[in-house]
Amino acid sequence: MDAFIAQVLSGLVTGGIYASVALALVMIYQATHLVNFAQGELAMFCTYLAWTMLDAGFPYWAAFAATIALAFVCGVVIERVVIRPIGESSVLAVVVVFIGLLVIFNSLAGWIFTYTVKPFPSPFPAEPLFGNHYVSSHGIGAIGVTLVVLALLYAFFRFTSLGLAMRAAAQNPVSARLVGIRVGWTRALGWGLAAAVGSIAGMMVAPTVYLDPNMMAGILLYAFAAALVGGIDNPWGAVAGGFLVGVLENLLGAYVIGTELKLTVALVLIVGVLVIRPSGLFGRVTVKRV
Amino acid sequence: MSALLEAGQLEAWYGATQVLHGVSFSMAPGSIATLLGANGAGKTTTLRALCGMVRTRGAVRLDGQSIAAMATEDIVRLGVAHVPDGRGTFLDLTTEENLRLGGYARGNRRELAGDIERMYGYFPRLKERRAQQAGTLSGGEQQMLAIARALMLRPRLLLLDEPSFGLAPLLVAAIFDILRTINAREKVGILLVEQNAALALELADQVFLLETGRIVIAGAAATMRDNDAVRRSYLGY
Amino acid sequence: MAALPTDSATARRNQWLGLALVVLLAAVLPFFLSNYRVFQLTLVLAYAIVLLGLNMLTGYNGQISLGHGAFYAIGAYTAAILMDKFGVPYWLTLPAAAAVCLVAGFLFGLPALRLEGLYLALATFALGVALPQLLKYKHFEHWTGGVQGIVIIKPDAPFGLPVNADQWLYLFTLGVAALMFILGVNLLRGRIGRALVAIRDQPIAAEAMGVDISLYKALTFGVSAMYTGVGGALGAIAVQFVAPDSFTIFLSIAFLVGIVVGGLASVSGAIYGALFIQFVPNIADQISKAAPWAIYGVFLIACMFLMPGGIAQVVGGAWQRLRRKPGKSV
Ligand SMILES: Nc1ncnc2c1ncn2[C@@H]1O[C@H](COP(=O)(O)OP(=O)(O)OP(=O)(O)O)[C@@H](O)[C@H]1O
Ligand SMILES: [Mg+2]
Repeated sequence: MDAFIAQVLSGLVTGGIYASVALALVMIYQATHLVNFAQGELAMFCTYLAWTMLDAGFPYWAAFAATIALAFVCGVVIERVVIRPIGESSVLAVVVVFIGLLVIFNSLAGWIFTYTVKPFPSPFPAEPLFGNHYVSSHGIGAIGVTLVVLALLYAFFRFTSLGLAMRAAAQNPVSARLVGIRVGWTRALGWGLAAAVGSIAGMMVAPTVYLDPNMMAGILLYAFAAALVGGIDNPWGAVAGGFLVGVLENLLGAYVIGTELKLTVALVLIVGVLVIRPSGLFGRVTVKRV
Repeated sequence: MSALLEAGQLEAWYGATQVLHGVSFSMAPGSIATLLGANGAGKTTTLRALCGMVRTRGAVRLDGQSIAAMATEDIVRLGVAHVPDGRGTFLDLTTEENLRLGGYARGNRRELAGDIERMYGYFPRLKERRAQQAGTLSGGEQQMLAIARALMLRPRLLLLDEPSFGLAPLLVAAIFDILRTINAREKVGILLVEQNAALALELADQVFLLETGRIVIAGAAATMRDNDAVRRSYLGY
Repeated sequence: MAALPTDSATARRNQWLGLALVVLLAAVLPFFLSNYRVFQLTLVLAYAIVLLGLNMLTGYNGQISLGHGAFYAIGAYTAAILMDKFGVPYWLTLPAAAAVCLVAGFLFGLPALRLEGLYLALATFALGVALPQLLKYKHFEHWTGGVQGIVIIKPDAPFGLPVNADQWLYLFTLGVAALMFILGVNLLRGRIGRALVAIRDQPIAAEAMGVDISLYKALTFGVSAMYTGVGGALGAIAVQFVAPDSFTIFLSIAFLVGIVVGGLASVSGAIYGALFIQFVPNIADQISKAAPWAIYGVFLIACMFLMPGGIAQVVGGAWQRLRRKPGKSV
């Protein structure tokens, strides 16, 4: 029983990471109806930026904040420079551009920072919190950070007019222009926010998996699974999906198939959800008038 | 004094198809004009061309300022509100959020709450539905919401594309009363596209008759009611 | 463009003649090059087969696959296991790899049918990422050799032909490639090819015209995987080694680079693409280990913006300008 609880809790910890990346994916999907294959690599690259600052002696939280800001700028610039010009052309063109970005960030990281694995510090104490023996304090801290990010995003989209404008632009860009919303910029802003959220996920996961240019590949796959399980157009669903998938991964790994087939589990989840229930568990079906 | 709105030799295309072939007209400040024409004449396209939603060529001036090359959102920010064909409601947002968005471009957040209340004054039904998802409103309620959303901009020019579409006659009369009030009280210029020509002629000061992308007749509404061509084609007597 | 039938017949004959000439040239090439270059060209041919297969699916039929490395791996492993565990001769492993991949592709294509563009890309991406782990799985280790992979022996030339093993494998691969290309061109030029393009561009009209879209799509997936599997088997024999880490998602991405840079929906593009993914990384490798991939990424994006038709379009355009005559690239 103890072991089971430990597995569930550590599943929640990884689930929190998946939830963050899934949330970033959903944000871009909502704004543009695109699935960003480069999301993971962008997060990885930003984590390297954080590492560079920490290496240069910045205090942790200063580097953390600066990384989020840089990630935001990065996201905005990418949208302006490569995503917007490709515009509404074919899905293939868009996917190719995403894959191009994935490869560029991956190789850039390898080029600048080499492929050797680097340790990445955690801002949380080394000894477990509250004397528990289930989860490390980094695990608890990571979940806490995920929840704070969620709450902030929720508040932003729910209570600010910019958040409202972003939702409106994502739903109905033509009408959004007719109320004076600069839809191009809300999209870029969406990319910036997604990149920022992704970078937080990167910094939270790096202490456990260590930093290397390929650290996000598996995580991205699970984030895809999480977003799809929860419904790719539903931020809450994505977060729930993230935790669900994280726990599922850990339990399956511990009790059923071992840890060696984790990625296959993600593959099965992705294909399964897409084929059986494309809207996911909590995917919103637009309310129709009865 | 310059005209509120002036279109000169306006042409518009969808892809390679030209739909407007040189539309020219002008509206006096604070006036109500109506654009009449058969289905497919280009009325909706004219409204779209005025606020940069289709590929256009030609001149458009708002109070003397050229807006022809501007982006839609910038034109809106100059005070042109457009209730588009199909209403353009944000279906997944609530009634109140739709109204808040209507005032988004004004920047003045403090007046927003008061203006929303003012709209609820015009359309009490919307107040009852304030927290309801707009997609679940009835057709008439959505039409009220669309007009209220446009008014939230405190526009100087209001473009309306068939506001009576699908509404019960009583409601149409009520909406036209509100338009008249708004025009009189707030000096909002109104350019109205309407199938119900009799009603439109009653409300409007000026009439423009559009035929396959060209204005064929323009004049004061009062004289138009007696114009044979208009009478036969649009009034049916 | 509607050309006169006799014109198009001559044009077609000229094209076949040109093709024969190219094959002939390619056949004498190994006798002037070092063994290492010959080995590299063998891989180019194997990749060209893969890219033709991927192009059928993605270029012609519009189904995006980001996971074709998986089918390449399945073909490679099929060949390696048959040779290593069952002593099957190398040439017999090709039909086996083709059959296995045809079935695997068809089966993966069946559920994938229901997925529109982006989601298919997602599902195949997941396949590409997940496969290496599956190849390492301990319960398959008996067959796959686990992380170590399988070493296979390079075949010698038969009938006492006066060529060395590298030259022979090259010639053998050239023969297979020529066969696969002739098959592919016939497939794409005919009714089936037109149906594939119709499904890509006008799915609703295609359906109305009585094209069984789901069947076509699943079959295209199967055939595409089959080509990829044959390429994988040839690649494995040439490299004499298979291991999970040769088949990461980056292999799938390299194939995507190949068809985009070579030219989408173009047969000759498969060859240009194969040359590109074989030689450009080798050159770039001298700058940095990461440079080839950076260059891939830049080329991917640049192609989409600057030359969506890839090298095939550029070459075709130059060729036409040279001849000053309207015509089509092969
Ligand atoms: N999005 C579009 N793409 C292509 N053609 C269009 C588009 N919208 C309108 N058209 C064409 O442009 C012409 C004018 O259309 P428009 O909608 O302006 O007519 P209208 O006068 O508003 O008609 P109605 O009274 O039916 O609303 C029509 O021939 C129509 O087919
Ligand atoms: Mg209309």
